[in-house]
Amino acid sequence: MSIEGANDTGSGPDDGGLATPDQHWELRLYTAGHTPKSVRAFNNLKRICEEHMPGRYQIEVIDLMRNPRLAKEDQIVAIPTVVRKLPQPLRKIIGDLSDTERTLVGLQLRSRSP
Amino acid sequence: MNDLAKGRATSSTTGTANHAPVSTLPKAPTGINGLDEITFGGFPRGRPTLVCGGPGCGKTLLAMEFLVHGAMRYGEPGVYVTFEESEEELAQNVRSLGFDVETLVADGKLAFDYVHVDPREIEETGEYDLEGLFVRLALAIEAVGARRVVLDTIEALFGGFTNMALLRSELRRLFRWLKERELTVVITGERGGGTLTRQGLEEYVSDCVILLDHRVTDQVSTRRLRVVKYRGTSHGTNEYPFLIDVDGITVLPVTSAGLDHRVSDERVSTGIARLDAMLGGGGFYRGSSILVSGTAGSGKSTIAAHFADATCRHGERCLVLAFEESRGQIVRNMRSVGIDLSAHLASGLLTIEASRPSLYGLEMHLAQIHRRVGQLRPSSVVIDPISNLGINTVDTSAMLLRLIDYLKSEGITALFVSLTAGGRALEATEFGVSSLIDTWLVLRDIEAGGERNRGLYVIKSRGMHHSNQIREFVISSNGIELLDVYVGPDGVLTGSLRSSQEARERAAASAREQEQQQRQRELATRRAVLEAQIKALQHEASTLDAEIGHESVRYASATDTIERERQAAARRRGGEESE
Repeated sequence: MSIEGANDTGSGPDDGGLATPDQHWELRLYTAGHTPKSVRAFNNLKRICEEHMPGRYQIEVIDLMRNPRLAKEDQIVAIPTVVRKLPQPLRKIIGDLSDTERTLVGLQLRSRSP
Repeated sequence: MNDLAKGRATSSTTGTANHAPVSTLPKAPTGINGLDEITFGGFPRGRPTLVCGGPGCGKTLLAMEFLVHGAMRYGEPGVYVTFEESEEELAQNVRSLGFDVETLVADGKLAFDYVHVDPREIEETGEYDLEGLFVRLALAIEAVGARRVVLDTIEALFGGFTNMALLRSELRRLFRWLKERELTVVITGERGGGTLTRQGLEEYVSDCVILLDHRVTDQVSTRRLRVVKYRGTSHGTNEYPFLIDVDGITVLPVTSAGLDHRVSDERVSTGIARLDAMLGGGGFYRGSSILVSGTAGSGKSTIAAHFADATCRHGERCLVLAFEESRGQIVRNMRSVGIDLSAHLASGLLTIEASRPSLYGLEMHLAQIHRRVGQLRPSSVVIDPISNLGINTVDTSAMLLRLIDYLKSEGITALFVSLTAGGRALEATEFGVSSLIDTWLVLRDIEAGGERNRGLYVIKSRGMHHSNQIREFVISSNGIELLDVYVGPDGVLTGSLRSSQEARERAAASAREQEQQQRQRELATRRAVLEAQIKALQHEASTLDAEIGHESVRYASATDTIERERQAAARRRGGEESE
């Protein structure tokens, strides 16, 4: 499974441009098995992170088929779901993240109004 | 009728065995009092059942009972998925109703999952599905080996997600998934305007739909349950009242008037000997329904107390449901007329339940009566009075019919006291129940001669000769006493009119007696006179006899003298004879 263990920590230097330049991002991607949707979600998430917070993010992929208990613990209903653990507050973004605009809003990298 | 009978037959098999014969729809008993009777065995096994209704109508409790009873009584562990309340809140809410869900969870018979979807922290960014929910369900089901699942209420998902088309297709997938696993599922849904549920959940659940209702009429709340739909099986179609109390939900499974109750020839005493005599000599039939109606203060409750007393004296149980007086008041008042109920209360044969009629709606009262009757198994029930239970509409009187019918079917002699409003015809059909009443006694005030006296008559009494008379009665320290009948020129005489009639009759009787004696004396005198006359005549006769004797002697001596004189003369003339 390609996205498994993709605990990926960006290594690029802080190039600024964001409101919280030194913020560390901790993201979790919940999937249920290896499905096209979850692959798309992972690729989209990784792309956005590289664009907006290179070197300051961590993506943990959790396969609920392997760890079903975590679905209850982390209140996961929809798949795929990205949970922004850090920075606070907790945010949930569901779907394959193909709508980049909404993903950025969801991650609070952009305000809701366009 | 035939279908109904079949339904009953299947329910008896599904009720006990978990797997019904192939030919009938298998059912999973809910264990809720009364509900299994209405559905003839429970919810459809292996299929979803929708329980819908407004807020606070008891959906969650019904669902919880279904699971708890399944786990405790039918060996079917369950999973409760809650979308609105947390597990702790839920456990706390049902603990007050006697369900110890924590123990069941600890024993691995019950599993909870609180699925919380907060739209404020969710952003939809493309394609998704609800696989997370499936994963959680599968885990919980596997953990306890669940056969039953509750989703309460899955409609909350509609508030959390915006892609309705996706949500609906996922729900359809979810129900298919549950069916494949042959889980008996209860889904709750909030009632929407015009539809059974706000989100049209009935679209997914086509097998069985239960509608709960909680309405307030005249500031009195009543709960009702109706089986809107039950595919492939017969079910009761009426609205059934139910109550929620310390025992959870109790549905009144009163079936509509079946006329196949056992009929008894046995008589039970009314407790008043002369009233028994008016009813063909024996009193009421066992298991019959009796209505005692009358105006205020006409002695209805005393008649009822006599009956309760007679039942207990016979060593049988009696349940008195009082809606006007407290227990203490009843005992004191009846003691004053010579009926001692306290001994029966002490022996446990008599149960008096007093409550205010306005406390609940009629349905609630009936449900409670039903439950108390089920617990106590009395041989007679007295309801005093039924008239202020708020029986004013067609459907509430239908409820009463069902209660009467239930008591009849159980062979319980039921005496209902009913207050007739002043000015109304006494014989006006009371709440349309008269057709179900076997014996109807009417107590009335008879106003005459400036007095108000009590009269009693039997309007009807099925299956027995009964008196057609209006009988006056008094309530003395010995209870009710029926008096002799005095019929005057204007009808039955009562009170002092009766007393004066009695006096007049006594006077007339003594006058007649005197006359008789006088006459006897006269006759005796006449006889004495006659006898004296007879004696006198006899004396005269014997005097005459004596005279007759003397006369003949005289005659003989005279004749003799004459002869002798003639012979002497002849001798004196000498030979004259020889000439």
